[in-house]
Amino acid sequence: MRRLSPTLTSLAALTFICSATLTPGASRAQELAYSQVERGRYLTVAGDCKACHTDLENDGVPFAGGRGLSTPFGTIFSSNLTPDDETGLGHWTRDDFYRALNEGMDRDGHHLYPAMPYPYFTLMTRDDTDAIFAYLRTLDPVTAEVPENELPFPLSVRRSVWGWKLLFFDDEEFVSDPDASDAWNRGRYLVDGPLHCGGCHTGKNALGADDSDEYLRGGVLENWYAPNIRGGENGGIADWNPDDIVEFLRDGRSRHTAPMQRMGEVVALSTQHLHQEDLEAIATYLKSLDDQPRENQAEPDAARVEIGEAIYFDNCAACHASDRSGVPYLFAPLRTSNKVLAEDPSTAIRIILGGARAQPTEAIPSVLAMPPFEWKLSDDQIADLMTYLRQSGDRSAGPVSASQVSEMREYLADEH
Amino acid sequence: MTKQLPGVDIVLVGFGWTGAIYAEKLTAAGLNVLALERGPWRDTPNDFATTFAQDELRYYWRHGMFQEASQATLTFRNNSAQTALPMRHWGSFLPGNGVGGAGVHWNGQTYRFLPSDFVARTHNEERYGPLPEHVTVQDYGVTYDELEPHFDFFEKICGICGQAGNLNGETVEGGNPFEGPRSDNYPNPPMQMTFSQDRFASAARELGLNPFPVPSANMSRAYVNPLGLQLAPCTYCGFCEKHGCGNYSKSSPQTTIIPVLMQRPNFALRTNSEVLSVEKAADGSRASGVTYIDANGDTFFQPAEVVVLCAYPLENTRLLLLSQIGEPYDPQSGDGVVGKNYCYQVMSSATVFYDEEFTNGFVGAGALGMVIDDYNGDNFDHSGLGFIGGGYIACHTTNARPIESHPVPDNVPSWGSRWKKAVRENFLKTTSVGVHGASMAHRSNYLDLDPTYTDTHGRPLLRMTYDFTLNDRRLTQHLTPIAQQIANGMGGREVKVNIRRGSYDSVPYQTTHNTGGTIMGADPRTSVVNRYCQSWDFPNLFVAGAGLFPQNAGYNPTGTVGALAYWSVDAIVNQYLRQPGPLVQP
Repeated sequence: MRRLSPTLTSLAALTFICSATLTPGASRAQELAYSQVERGRYLTVAGDCKACHTDLENDGVPFAGGRGLSTPFGTIFSSNLTPDDETGLGHWTRDDFYRALNEGMDRDGHHLYPAMPYPYFTLMTRDDTDAIFAYLRTLDPVTAEVPENELPFPLSVRRSVWGWKLLFFDDEEFVSDPDASDAWNRGRYLVDGPLHCGGCHTGKNALGADDSDEYLRGGVLENWYAPNIRGGENGGIADWNPDDIVEFLRDGRSRHTAPMQRMGEVVALSTQHLHQEDLEAIATYLKSLDDQPRENQAEPDAARVEIGEAIYFDNCAACHASDRSGVPYLFAPLRTSNKVLAEDPSTAIRIILGGARAQPTEAIPSVLAMPPFEWKLSDDQIADLMTYLRQSGDRSAGPVSASQVSEMREYLADEH
Repeated sequence: MTKQLPGVDIVLVGFGWTGAIYAEKLTAAGLNVLALERGPWRDTPNDFATTFAQDELRYYWRHGMFQEASQATLTFRNNSAQTALPMRHWGSFLPGNGVGGAGVHWNGQTYRFLPSDFVARTHNEERYGPLPEHVTVQDYGVTYDELEPHFDFFEKICGICGQAGNLNGETVEGGNPFEGPRSDNYPNPPMQMTFSQDRFASAARELGLNPFPVPSANMSRAYVNPLGLQLAPCTYCGFCEKHGCGNYSKSSPQTTIIPVLMQRPNFALRTNSEVLSVEKAADGSRASGVTYIDANGDTFFQPAEVVVLCAYPLENTRLLLLSQIGEPYDPQSGDGVVGKNYCYQVMSSATVFYDEEFTNGFVGAGALGMVIDDYNGDNFDHSGLGFIGGGYIACHTTNARPIESHPVPDNVPSWGSRWKKAVRENFLKTTSVGVHGASMAHRSNYLDLDPTYTDTHGRPLLRMTYDFTLNDRRLTQHLTPIAQQIANGMGGREVKVNIRRGSYDSVPYQTTHNTGGTIMGADPRTSVVNRYCQSWDFPNLFVAGAGLFPQNAGYNPTGTVGALAYWSVDAIVNQYLRQPGPLVQP
């Protein structure tokens, strides 16, 4: 009566792998060497390729593309990475693939829009891109036409990307710093290369390119503020120790906060599956990044702080504790929250209005969520609450105005 | 027309505590498991978030979480001479509905029954001689020692907070000295007690009794269970019973099991899918699956290798009767088994009113309490008392909710300005000592199908024939004065005693502890299922829940329900799968 026992399933998988590696034909066999394919699979996980290249909203086939990525310039649809001859990478070679990641060019010599994070992937070594390519070749080919991008002229002309690349893009490979530890170098390679953390966490210029002065100091994406993740002195996560960073990326929980929304997706699809040494390397690197001291903020109106405190006590204290110390790993401590105290309070305002769900992971599958308060608290109340929280944290952050809350409320209303 | 679906290994009828337990263990064993739940999907973020979980009007008064009485209810009468009438609005008990079942809106008092409770007939007859005629008390067929590892595991899944009183036979100070030997302490320490519990404990000790903290599924601290699921510290808001917990502080299927199941590819759940009957194979040797109806009114036949009834006891009994599986119980002859030994609970209390001291009853939790077990089960000598069994006596602080709760002293009118004044004066200054009495099975109390009334699908309703027995009356007459004595010692201005007298009334709320109807035992002539909760008639049909209890003990049932489910599913995985067939030869 056991239709599909686990043992039988793994046996079947093992047989499949054996037959794949034992297939005669030298060149083919080499390309499909299991270790190479496995390394490629791991790197696609690290690069979170599946997130963009799968139409997750519509239960799309993994890597078959078609997910609409909204950018400040319009919607760009991801391509099909399966080895389908007509609509995927079927005719691509390893060289073509390397050029796409290293130079941002497709097989026909067209420029790729930098929604594909090749400004980061350019740091990846040829060995790594070959491994990824080897893995992608093992996928079942799926015929899936990708919709036309929805971009205004002149961006709709691919050649416009040429100018952008001229200004903001250098193809380069990663160079190790011989004075730094192996872990630090590995961490930097992962953060700046495959993980492309800067894609969200580095501030952008008007044309959507990384502003190097804003490196990992926080950025805005789809009205979420991806926080400052510099872990050294004055950094946004200065009070996180390396274990906190590892736990956050591996378990989807830490003493400080949990990944939500887009970062939740990154943890679910990518970082929870990374090796412990790699997570530790990432932590080592992030902890080495100092930041400038925060400018002193003006004292907020005492009356607003008092109102905010009362609102906090009535609505928030049951979970986040009356002294705002939270319940580590469950409910975020707010005195040290890098969302509450961020220079840009967008994420905190958004979570109060719309609620948020802590990402369940394999290690901690619990579904924890903060409920929405948009129906319960007014713009003024949320502004006062935020002002109180930002004034009473371990770093002072500026007051929040009712108009900031109202703008976010309108944005969320339009979005749905 | 009924549509035939592809088969599954296991189909579970109902998806509350026991459904989640069976599903978790059976999917872990590699089987394909499908749960069919009559009600809707429910989860904490969407269905009982902190922003509205304490909505008393919605959840208490308007029964937001319970079975919809307009679609299916039951008929009730006190005895066979009466005509049963349908309960059109729930009262005495509140059957759950939807994912998590009553495990969403329980209080969280999580006891183990006493070792002697599982051998109630043998034990009492050995000590006191033969039980009276028509007292149909039976042994479970499984012992406390056999269940102990499963009690222990359920407590760890739930993160129960308490103090052991008997660790591997050694008595531990501060716990229940009467409990069966435990292999391990509770996974979490007891909750913080309040003024009322302190007064209760002192008064009980003065009388030479042994108070201990109520084992609680409301968390005393943050906890991660063996499945990696998180529970948060309780905020003592007091909205447990009849409400879902928005703070992740109460163990429920949602907080302790379901998120893991939803990640498993070999688990499937269909909500709004009500099972109409269990089907029999053509040769009559086994169950072939179940027929269910979905929200569109379409009916499906779901074949399965094994069927487990995980619905509420009343519905499990009704399903067996509707499916014509097992011999229906006949109170005239005493023959038959399905519907036999329906039992309940005998409750009484003593309310203490203070003048000066504030009890602040709003600082509460469903299982926040101190309790004595000196008068439970056979922990005291019943010689000459004319009854068996007993009950715990406890002081809980919970339920001080403005719509539901307004205790006033004797001689206060039940409405008007004097009543309002008394509510204002006493709301923050009362507490209560409750007796949670056992209910012993009697030949005249039973469940069968109603001859007149039908549900929304045209199927007969279940008919409940129940009244308090002589044993119940003597039990409550003996225990209530002890509760009163403790209450008198708690230093209040006055004590108001709420005696249980007269016939059972199905209107005022007592407990949702309906038991029996699908009882377990050692003999197919007197029980529906064997000691592994496996049907005597069809070896591939199992039954879960408090319907298995041959009689109800003086405790809340969930701890024992959980242990029996783990015991039974362990037998399926480790015995039945190797050799499908009867696990006990009749």
